[in-house]
Amino acid sequence: MPDGAAGDDRIEAAVRAVLGSLSGAMTATEAALLAELEALGREVARAKSEIAALRVEDINDSHIPAATDELDAVVEHTAEATNQILDCCEKLEALQAQLSGEAAEVVGTAVTRIYEACSFQDITGQRIGKVVAALKAIEARVAVATAGFARPDAPPVPAPEGEAASQTEGQRLANGPQLPPAAASQADIDRLLASFD
Amino acid sequence: MDKSTNVLIVDDYKTMLRIIRNLLKQLEFDNVEEATDGQEALAKLRAGNFGLVISDWNMQPMTGLDLLKEVRADARLKHMPFIMITAESKTENVVAAKQAGVSNYIVKPFNAETLREKIEKVLAHA
Repeated sequence: MPDGAAGDDRIEAAVRAVLGSLSGAMTATEAALLAELEALGREVARAKSEIAALRVEDINDSHIPAATDELDAVVEHTAEATNQILDCCEKLEALQAQLSGEAAEVVGTAVTRIYEACSFQDITGQRIGKVVAALKAIEARVAVATAGFARPDAPPVPAPEGEAASQTEGQRLANGPQLPPAAASQADIDRLLASFD
Repeated sequence: MDKSTNVLIVDDYKTMLRIIRNLLKQLEFDNVEEATDGQEALAKLRAGNFGLVISDWNMQPMTGLDLLKEVRADARLKHMPFIMITAESKTENVVAAKQAGVSNYIVKPFNAETLREKIEKVLAHA
C-alpha cells in the first residue's frame, strides 16, 4: 500500500505516465475521467496515510486503559464515600437507642431512607462496569478496522474476544441495570410474578 | 415472621451487603451471614443451617441465578426460601428466575418496606 507522501508521488507519477502516453489519442471526456481518477487516487492515499497516523496502539495502550482506570477510581471513591455515610448512619442508630418517642422515630426513619439511597453505589458501579465493557469492545473493533492500514512497525492486533461458549444462563442474562425509561418497576415485577400463580 | 431465622445475604458489593444487613437489623433479624458470590454462598448453605437466602444476580464466577438452580437441585436445600434482589429488571430475567424456583424478586434500587414485605411473604410460605 502507498504510505503518505511517497504513496501520493507514486500514484501521481503513474497517472501522469498514463496521461502522457495517451495524450495524443485522448478525447476530452477521457482526459476528464483520468483527471478524476488521479484526484481519487490522491484522496485514497491521503485517507490511508491519516488512518495509519492514528496510532491505534496508543488507543489500546494508553487511552482506553486510562479511561477505565478513571472509571474504576470513580467506583472506588463512591464506595469509600458510601461507607463513610454508612458509618454515620450506624452511629445515629446507636444514638437512636438513647432517644424516645417522636425523636427516635424521626432518626430511625431518616436512617432507613439513607440506607435506601446508598444503594445508588451498587447501581452506579454496575452502570460504570457496562461503560468499561463498551470501551473495551470499541477498542477491539477499532483495532481490527485499522489493522490493514497500520504502520509496518505497529504491534499485531489481537482478535476481538468472542462470546464465551460455556456461559451459564445466569451469566448470559446478567446485563446490569436498564436505563430508567426501559427499566421495570417493582410493581411491574410483582404483576409478572403474580401471573405465574 | 420468625426473626430468629438464619439469613444468608449474597452480593459482590460489600457496601450492598452492609446496607442489606443494616436493613435486616432494623427488621430485627440478627442472625445474618454474608457471601460475596454464588460459590461461597453455596458452600455456606451446605455447611450451615439457614432459613432464608437473599441474593444478588450479577456476580462472578457464580451468578445468583446459578446459585438458585444449585439450591433447588440440592435435596437438603431445595425448599429454601430464596429472594433475588437485583438490578436485572428485564422480563426474561424475572421469568428465568421464576422458572428456576425463586420465591420472590426485588428490583434495585429498593426500599426497606419492599424488603420487609417480601421477607414476610416468603417466610409465611416456608
